[in-house]
Amino acid sequence: MTTPTTPTTAAIEVRELHKYFGDNEVLKGIDFEVAHGHTVCVIGPSGSGKSTLLRCVNLLEAPTSGTIIVEGIDITDPETDVDAVRSRIGMVFQSFNLFPHLNVLGNLTLAQRRVRKRSKEEAEEIARHNLDRVGLADKIDAYPAHLSGGQQQRVAIARALSMDPDMMLFDEPTSALDPELVGDVLAVMKELAHEGMTMMVVTHEMGFAREAGDKLVFMDGGVIVEEGDPTEVLANPQHKRTQDFLSKVL
Amino acid sequence: MKRSTRTKINRGILYAILLVALGLVILLADWAAIKENFFDVAVLETLWPEIVTVAAKNTIVYTIISFVGGLVIALVLALMKLSPIGPYRWIATSYIEFFRGLPALVVIIGFGFAVPIAFGWRPPGGTIGAGIIALIVVSAAYMAETIRAGIQAVPKGQTEAARSLGMTSSWTTVSVVLPQAFRIIIPPLTNEFVILIKDTSLLFVLGVAASERELTTFARDAVTTNQDSSPLLAAAVLYLIITLPLTRLIARLERRTQRAR
Repeated sequence: MTTPTTPTTAAIEVRELHKYFGDNEVLKGIDFEVAHGHTVCVIGPSGSGKSTLLRCVNLLEAPTSGTIIVEGIDITDPETDVDAVRSRIGMVFQSFNLFPHLNVLGNLTLAQRRVRKRSKEEAEEIARHNLDRVGLADKIDAYPAHLSGGQQQRVAIARALSMDPDMMLFDEPTSALDPELVGDVLAVMKELAHEGMTMMVVTHEMGFAREAGDKLVFMDGGVIVEEGDPTEVLANPQHKRTQDFLSKVL
Repeated sequence: MKRSTRTKINRGILYAILLVALGLVILLADWAAIKENFFDVAVLETLWPEIVTVAAKNTIVYTIISFVGGLVIALVLALMKLSPIGPYRWIATSYIEFFRGLPALVVIIGFGFAVPIAFGWRPPGGTIGAGIIALIVVSAAYMAETIRAGIQAVPKGQTEAARSLGMTSSWTTVSVVLPQAFRIIIPPLTNEFVILIKDTSLLFVLGVAASERELTTFARDAVTTNQDSSPLLAAAVLYLIITLPLTRLIARLERRTQRAR
């Protein structure tokens, strides 16, 4: 099943990735890596393709061409078990996407039981542990509708963590939040980064990128324009497009 | 003239028209005929208790069987209609369009008489069983569209969240999409239930054993026997006793859904 690849330390390796929506080429040949234990932040104007790139990594979008290797497995190979790969990649959405018909515990245990085949007791114990990590142990019986946006997003992170993922993908996790709720979510993400979780984060939070990021990638028009150490890129962008973008958001 | 005075005069005229109309109805109605034909106590007494223990009970039983059976088939049809496989979609669409386009009465006659005669088919439960199967077949077509709409009303992000946790397409449908879809479609499904209650009256054309009669057949038989229409009114009252609470419930459910948005 696994395609032999050259030995690599990369957790995510993207080669020559192209993605079309109809005639519209959204990704124009992306080469991109996330090393084990690293946090890589992807920034760029809307329509730059950054979310599409992230969604290609767990095949929520099917690449038009190119290769994506996750933990040594070529996920673009039609023979690959996509469900198994996805269960090892945690995904956090801009709009949280908690299951509204289940309470917090149900949200955290559903996939554990269906996919990981864990017993009820084991799944609940893992759920409690991860709720504790995001500081919401007291909300275990609450329904998503009764939680604030920031709490919902932290529950969503705990839900992803409960699958013991090898890595986490974040798609603008704080963009839908009121400003005063952003901090709690970022704190959880920083904690994860420090614990050595491999993370790919599409974000507009430059402060997070600077503090927690190992690498910053700037995308525009479906290509990676510039990448490097976050502090350096933010302080001293080399390309004009990066400079223009940063001058608007910083 | 002050605006408030004008409003008062307008209201007064409207009430006057209403009173005149009411007066005309009272004056012109043939009260003796109405009392004799629709409120004949002696006839009404002969109906008790069978009109409830047999007729109303059968109406409810037939409705529930048709509803549950229809719902199961409708769920399959809805999933077929949303299938990525073309032929499944075509079959489901043809079924839905075919049976929604026919009068329920035609389908009931088809299953009750035409099919058994043509193929020597002996329907389970006899003729009344054939009639209920016809109601299942028809209600499934309507409910399939309701369920499909409910499934499509579940946000795409729900499916994406479930799939990105590694859940298979089937598990996602069963434990994430359908529970939410059914919550959305409870009001229209209750409405479908009320329509089915009334549609069981069409089984009247089949001509069934005394113990199998539903409200309309029962009332019609009593009307013929007594040469008096009181049983029809009794049946009408019983229909309303069953349907009115349900339509009130639908209104409440719909208000609640709107608040939740």
